[in-house]
Amino acid sequence: MSREAAKYPGLNLSSAHGNDHEAAESLMFGFWVFLMSDAILFGMVFATYVTSVHATAGGPGPYQLYDIKSIFVETLLLLASSFTFGMASLALKYKHSTPRLIGWLAATLILGVAFLCFELHDFSTMFAKGGVPSRSGFLSAFFDLVPLHGLHVAGGCIWLICLVGQIARYGLDTKAKLGIMRLALFWHFLDIVWIAIFSVVYLAGLT
Amino acid sequence: MSEQPNAPVDGVDPMQEERREFRSYVWGAGIALLLTLVPFALVHWAGLPRMPTLIVIGIFALVQILIHFRCFLHISFAHKREDLQLILFSALLLTIMVGGTIWIMASLALRMAMPAS
Repeated sequence: MSREAAKYPGLNLSSAHGNDHEAAESLMFGFWVFLMSDAILFGMVFATYVTSVHATAGGPGPYQLYDIKSIFVETLLLLASSFTFGMASLALKYKHSTPRLIGWLAATLILGVAFLCFELHDFSTMFAKGGVPSRSGFLSAFFDLVPLHGLHVAGGCIWLICLVGQIARYGLDTKAKLGIMRLALFWHFLDIVWIAIFSVVYLAGLT
Repeated sequence: MSEQPNAPVDGVDPMQEERREFRSYVWGAGIALLLTLVPFALVHWAGLPRMPTLIVIGIFALVQILIHFRCFLHISFAHKREDLQLILFSALLLTIMVGGTIWIMASLALRMAMPAS
């Protein structure tokens, strides 16, 4: 092994970053603990959804409400945003210019916002078809699970905007670097949760 | 790192390292795209029976999650042991709680003769 052993989840900074690499270890581990607890929260909401998927109470079900084309576009948007965030992580690690880093972050933000727009459009289409949360246990569980992920993505977008503002004001210091690295973990984690959502909720619902 | 004598920092060419990590992201995104396309195409076009389709969707989702962990979150066995133990512990909790919930509620639905499918 000629490579340095990974000290924490995510793309590790090299020792070329000096103390920032050391400072990251405990922060990244703490954030990883949070993400794992968040995964458990999502898991339980998934269990709630799966157990109430047949409880439509005579209301509209998956076939009437889900639109596979829109879900496919959302999946591609989120996957592309994961890739652009990866490029931002590389730009950070290998000390490319700050504008290039900001550019990748901005691309990620645009993809994330586009995802949210598609998702909100989906929800409004569902509402128009009578698929409101109060209609049935199935719809309550659906609107517990999918918007919970959407809220996470919206939170990630706000966090991203704050980080870009922080970089613009204070430069790319230790705090900004560690913020980007934690947001990267958060963003990739949300993409993983989305894999479970499109598989369990949408694809299994439309099978 | 002074505490890692077997990891010579200067022995690694940063350019080479960057190319390797860039390729990891590209491969990750490519494989994830493929693993997304197949189940979507299966559900949209192929009229396979329900059960085999569900199994394929499940397997593809699990593999894609592993790919994301490997290529995007950079989790590997070269990691610190605490990180890996935390993942295993969370996976164990998820399996027990999600599996247990679904098992109990499905059994309840069956015995209460609620519409099960």
